[in-house]
Amino acid sequence: MEFNRGNWCSEIDVRDFIVLNYTPYDGDESFLRSPSKKTINLWNVVKDLLEQERKAGGVLSIDTKTVSNIDAFEPGYIDKDNESIVGLQTSKPLERAIMPYGGIRMVRSSLAAYNKQMDPTVEEIFKHRKTHNDGVFDVYTAEMKRARHYGIITGLPDAYGRGRIIGDYRRVALYGVDRIIESKILALQNIGIDSMTEDDIRQREEISEQIRALKALKSMASRYGFDISVPARDTKQAIQWLYFAYLAAIKDQNGAAMSLGRVSTFLDIYAQRDLDEGVYTEEEIQEFVDHFVMKLRLVKFLRTPAYDELFSGDPTWVTESLGGVCVDGRHMVTKMSYRFLHTLSNLGPAPEPNLTILWSENLPQNFKLYVSSVSINTSSIQYENDDVMRVKLGDDYAIACCVSPMKIGKQMQFFGARCNLAKALLYALNGGKDEIYGDQVAPETVPVGDGRLEFDDVMKKYNHILDWLAKLYINTLNVIHYMHDKYCYEKIQMALHDDVITRTMAGGVAGLSVVADSLSAIKYADVYPIRNDDGLIVDFKIEGDYPKFGNNDDRVDQIAVDIEKDFLTRLNQHKAYRQSRPTMSILTITSNVVYGKKTGSTPDGRKAGVPFAPGANPMHGRDTNGSIASMKSVAKLPFNYAEDGISYTFSIVPEALGKTEKDKKENLANLLDGYFADTGHHININVINKEVLIDAMDHPEKYPQLTIRVSGYAVNFIKLTREQQLDVINRTFHSRF
Amino acid sequence: MDIKGRIHSIETLGAVDGPGLRLVVFLQGCHLRCLYCHNPDSWATNRGKIIGAKELAYKIKEYGPYIKHGGVTLSGGEPLLQPEFSAELLKWCKKFGFHTACDTAGSVPLEKAIKVLSQTDLVLLDIKDLDEKDSKTLCGMSPQREIDILNYCEHVNKDVWIRHVLLPKYTLKQSKLEKLADFVKNFSCVKRVELLPFHKMGEYKWKELNIPYHLADIPAPSEEEIKSALEIFRSRGINVD
Repeated sequence: MEFNRGNWCSEIDVRDFIVLNYTPYDGDESFLRSPSKKTINLWNVVKDLLEQERKAGGVLSIDTKTVSNIDAFEPGYIDKDNESIVGLQTSKPLERAIMPYGGIRMVRSSLAAYNKQMDPTVEEIFKHRKTHNDGVFDVYTAEMKRARHYGIITGLPDAYGRGRIIGDYRRVALYGVDRIIESKILALQNIGIDSMTEDDIRQREEISEQIRALKALKSMASRYGFDISVPARDTKQAIQWLYFAYLAAIKDQNGAAMSLGRVSTFLDIYAQRDLDEGVYTEEEIQEFVDHFVMKLRLVKFLRTPAYDELFSGDPTWVTESLGGVCVDGRHMVTKMSYRFLHTLSNLGPAPEPNLTILWSENLPQNFKLYVSSVSINTSSIQYENDDVMRVKLGDDYAIACCVSPMKIGKQMQFFGARCNLAKALLYALNGGKDEIYGDQVAPETVPVGDGRLEFDDVMKKYNHILDWLAKLYINTLNVIHYMHDKYCYEKIQMALHDDVITRTMAGGVAGLSVVADSLSAIKYADVYPIRNDDGLIVDFKIEGDYPKFGNNDDRVDQIAVDIEKDFLTRLNQHKAYRQSRPTMSILTITSNVVYGKKTGSTPDGRKAGVPFAPGANPMHGRDTNGSIASMKSVAKLPFNYAEDGISYTFSIVPEALGKTEKDKKENLANLLDGYFADTGHHININVINKEVLIDAMDHPEKYPQLTIRVSGYAVNFIKLTREQQLDVINRTFHSRF
Repeated sequence: MDIKGRIHSIETLGAVDGPGLRLVVFLQGCHLRCLYCHNPDSWATNRGKIIGAKELAYKIKEYGPYIKHGGVTLSGGEPLLQPEFSAELLKWCKKFGFHTACDTAGSVPLEKAIKVLSQTDLVLLDIKDLDEKDSKTLCGMSPQREIDILNYCEHVNKDVWIRHVLLPKYTLKQSKLEKLADFVKNFSCVKRVELLPFHKMGEYKWKELNIPYHLADIPAPSEEEIKSALEIFRSRGINVD
């Protein structure tokens, strides 16, 4: 059977292929199959390896000799006879590679952390070969270094790969590598014909690099015994081709986030054809998917303990976006969307790949209920608002990293981590001095006086600091991304992009709810500064109450909205590298703890060192009207001013979602429908299990809204005594409320 | 003139107080003193936040996208202690298209309750103990008013879910449960019975309020006890969970 033909036949246009050929699926999950014998065997080997890795302290082994590259390693296998989909990052499973182009220093310190030595040959090579990190520090100004050192700007990708770029890995399956190389050669012929400008020179060099990378990709695949110069013929090949392309990317780049894209509905076109023609059975197709996902769970990078402190848990953000709605009105849920989610059952829950549901009111009800039950059973998936994103990005975008959408193969981000808006507020009060060290970090200004803090005066000073910060931030990112392009260019990922792409300068903010509450306290209560002997403000006295973010109270929610809009507007005032457009995220990943640690007491009553709320979450314990009021506050933050995502984390115990399993999944689906109709952008759903509750006892700050509703009233889990918490833990899993 | 009332708090995500996702308004004030109360801070009738019924209803309306398949539940406290306010609030909620429920221990005379019940699609009726003396020990009230309300609901054909707390040494007894099951099975208005195992999650509040708590030594019901309690109702053809 031939695929329906269209524009995709004459130029590279994967979206056209999908729209002309995919089959929306409205049914339920009953067609899904259990793991095959091969899958069970292989997964047992993988589980054992993962266990060994845990026991070895997080890293099983490191290849210290080979500088990682697309075709640098011998083929590697987990258990060759049982593997339907092959290919490893190095020649052994879970062996980590060194990727020094981002920064040789980072590699050296990572090796030191695991008591390994850099191979002398590699040391020698990098005496002569400059890295991204070296380049950045050649250019950084004293002011940039200060901002970085004092943590007003943190997590900058200046010593490691920046990530947030998604190659369109589907192109390799649909077209084969040769056709892509052809298109790149054609592109080269059209650049620099008239005058050879600096931009033209750079682009010609990059495309040449891309062509070289594509050839290396072919060579790597051929060592595994596959000729991927031609298009994939069936489901198994399509998955294998696509995986080789992704594998090339993770051999080439140690990016902060190495996302997969939106592959499932694309792959379903092959699967549906193979099922119709009797080429493969449902069992076989599920096996290919299970094995593919197993490979994605094995993606590992060598990183330092300091990095882990910012982004804990060894994350790789192999994000796969599922569902969504086509611009023509049909939903894009296919059987393959189910098969991907079903890996969480066949292989058990896991954080990676980072399965993300693109939620729309118009998704089929069966799918809404299915994903809700997956959330309830695994707490492993997240949701983003397709109805909001589709307006801006069409129907072939995917999520990079945690929450940031981009058009696949047409757009990339210059990842910029984030700046600390709460600390900036303290700088404003202290005349530009750091509130912990007392050093002058921002330009000197007049600090606030001794009396009650006056809102208008504070805002004037804050605006001044934000002007300084926004400019410094964009300039710092310009340095970083200039050097990343120069010394650590993502050649294979960019080979799987169009020749002309959109670039965004992806800024970010942390501490939004702290700032909103602080400004609300200054406005609605009486806040007095408390100074140390040197006159530095180190704490605050708060008299009276004030509206707090997370209660659906416009008085403070509007402050949060204004800060968000205001900061993006400021970022937009500065010229960003390579004509990129500044954008923003409200996202902290797990670094809200580190940001809190580096920030003094704030006017909202938060004490020095106390963690911020994650992402756009309200500060914990301050939302007193239940979770939906909290969601409504967060949903007010406009996506148009934070296009890289507004992250919200929601945790609930299963008992609080309803009495029966049916009630629970219906209630969760209705909750998601409500939040997204309310224009909320992103939500993490934790339906808490035993492990998480135990974690909550030790880290209450991570579970601000953990609610247990018990026979008619709610209690906040973290308010219970330790004894009662243990009681809940024991009872939750063995009995009912 | 917007009718004012006293509320204790609002839970915007309620999933176990009536069907679907619900916004639950906890009203302030209750005359009962149930030994197992997990919410003693809602007893005092002179505390809480004063708000107008219409004003609150408009606030609730904002939650439409979330609760359109569920509804609004009044709980407490005792919502029937503020009948004008509760009735007005429910009337507005119904006007906005929400399903309404009232979670009550039926602790007021029927004639006061009727105006609230008439605005309520579903009554969540808490029956403490059918035995006169034991009920008084448990909550300080005879069960007669609860029964009056149940009879009324049967008469006007209003849906009722019965809620009953399983408290070891008090209500968690085979004979008592059998009696209750035999009693409710005659009511066609009773659509569901919810047995609520006793828990001590509210104990900290008693301490905060300096009220002596008498059930510190009572254990939570075992899984086995809950199972056999459910079976007593199930075997009589009652929809129970």
